Amino acid sequence: MNLLQDAVRYLNDPFNWTRANGIVELLGQHLRISALAVLAAMAIGIPVGALLGHVGRGGGFAVALSNVSRAVPTLALLTVFAVTPIGFGPTATTIALALFAVPPVLTNTYVGFRGVDRDVVEASRAMGMSGRQVLLRAELPLATPLMMTGVRTAAVQVVATATLAALVAGGGLGRIITLGFRQQDYGAVLAGAIVVAVLALLTELLLAAVSWALTPGEKRLPFGRVRARRAAAAGAAAQR
Amino acid sequence: MLSAASTMVLAVDAAPNPWFDPSYVSGNWDTILPLLGEHVRLTVAAVVLGTVLAFPLALLARRSRWLAGPVLGLSTLIYTIPSLAMFAFVAPVTGLTATTVLIGLVLYSLVILVRNFLAGLQSVPADVREAALGMGYGRARTLWQVEVPLALPSIMAGLRVATVSTVALVTVGVIVGHGGLGQLITGGFAANFYRAEIVTGAVGCVLLALLADLLLAWVGRALTPWSRGARS
Repeated sequence: MNLLQDAVRYLNDPFNWTRANGIVELLGQHLRISALAVLAAMAIGIPVGALLGHVGRGGGFAVALSNVSRAVPTLALLTVFAVTPIGFGPTATTIALALFAVPPVLTNTYVGFRGVDRDVVEASRAMGMSGRQVLLRAELPLATPLMMTGVRTAAVQVVATATLAALVAGGGLGRIITLGFRQQDYGAVLAGAIVVAVLALLTELLLAAVSWALTPGEKRLPFGRVRARRAAAAGAAAQR
Repeated sequence: MLSAASTMVLAVDAAPNPWFDPSYVSGNWDTILPLLGEHVRLTVAAVVLGTVLAFPLALLARRSRWLAGPVLGLSTLIYTIPSLAMFAFVAPVTGLTATTVLIGLVLYSLVILVRNFLAGLQSVPADVREAALGMGYGRARTLWQVEVPLALPSIMAGLRVATVSTVALVTVGVIVGHGGLGQLITGGFAANFYRAEIVTGAVGCVLLALLADLLLAWVGRALTPWSRGARS
């Protein structure tokens, strides 16, 4: 495996990490863009999803949104935003990624709030909680696991998709791969692929730990939970 | 001349660059059609190969909990790897060919399909299986005549999701020059932000995905006539 050796050599060279547009700088860009996009998606998706789930309307809308978003290629959206007056760069990338992160967050939040046992809601009402208290103190804790699943799906997807920004002259770690292809340096291509894949896996693991820590009540490993509920959540499975 | 140019807006902004331009589509039909063909070919091949591989895997995973863990774990791992990285992993081996794209697409569709096939097969009630065995059905006959028909809704749902996301994912194949309609998207971007070309590629992808979805939905309905009354 000559290529693997090339890739390891690329990753072993400190200069490739610290130089301008090296791995460290690109990683910083990548994480900044991803974090902003996920936060924006949470700011939109969680309140809307929670309200829709609370009042029990708009289920069709949530499902349709996640279905349609699956059909739109990420590359297309990234490119379309890059040719608007916003221009290509971090802003356009962030907006495009945020748009893609909204459906999983919104759908899972909706299903989480919708799936709260009606008896629990009625019991909290009977205890004299106002609508707002029911929402925040009864439904929110119970919907948290599924909501976090949505955030995790969105975050992993965003971190993975941010690589595509490099195809339309954006920043992020994808640049190592696109540059490698352009220079026919397959060692660098492989090295970039390894860095990106490891980052995506780490994001998944980290967020799994976070959602595990945030889950009230008995704790199970989130992976089992996700698998059992993903089908119910009308599949937040998204494209990479 | 120079001072005049500096006060003017950039040529890119000044020239008409509409988002939608039907004349682009009619004028470049010869370019679009082969790309569309490649897009469809890659999608169909990926989903068909994915199905062929996913079915035995799902059967294997169903037979024992022991095997289900690794199969599902590995598929989660595969699904976490970003598409660009996936093509980058495959490209050094198979080069800048459509095969590179196909291998990546098969892996992703495989992940979606295995999960749905497994869920479908597991949703078959044990009573039904036992009744089939009691009526003297063999293992293979139980599978084909009882379990698969009952699992069809889940199987078709998996096929629809896999197909739609594959149509979208083909575009990333531009990294090795075989991105189907994605070539129009990056091509338009490279050709001085030619919006008509970009939008043609993007809208083409979405329409193709919707068309494939409708087609599969129709096939699913035709295959499960017994559920029609209950569904709608």
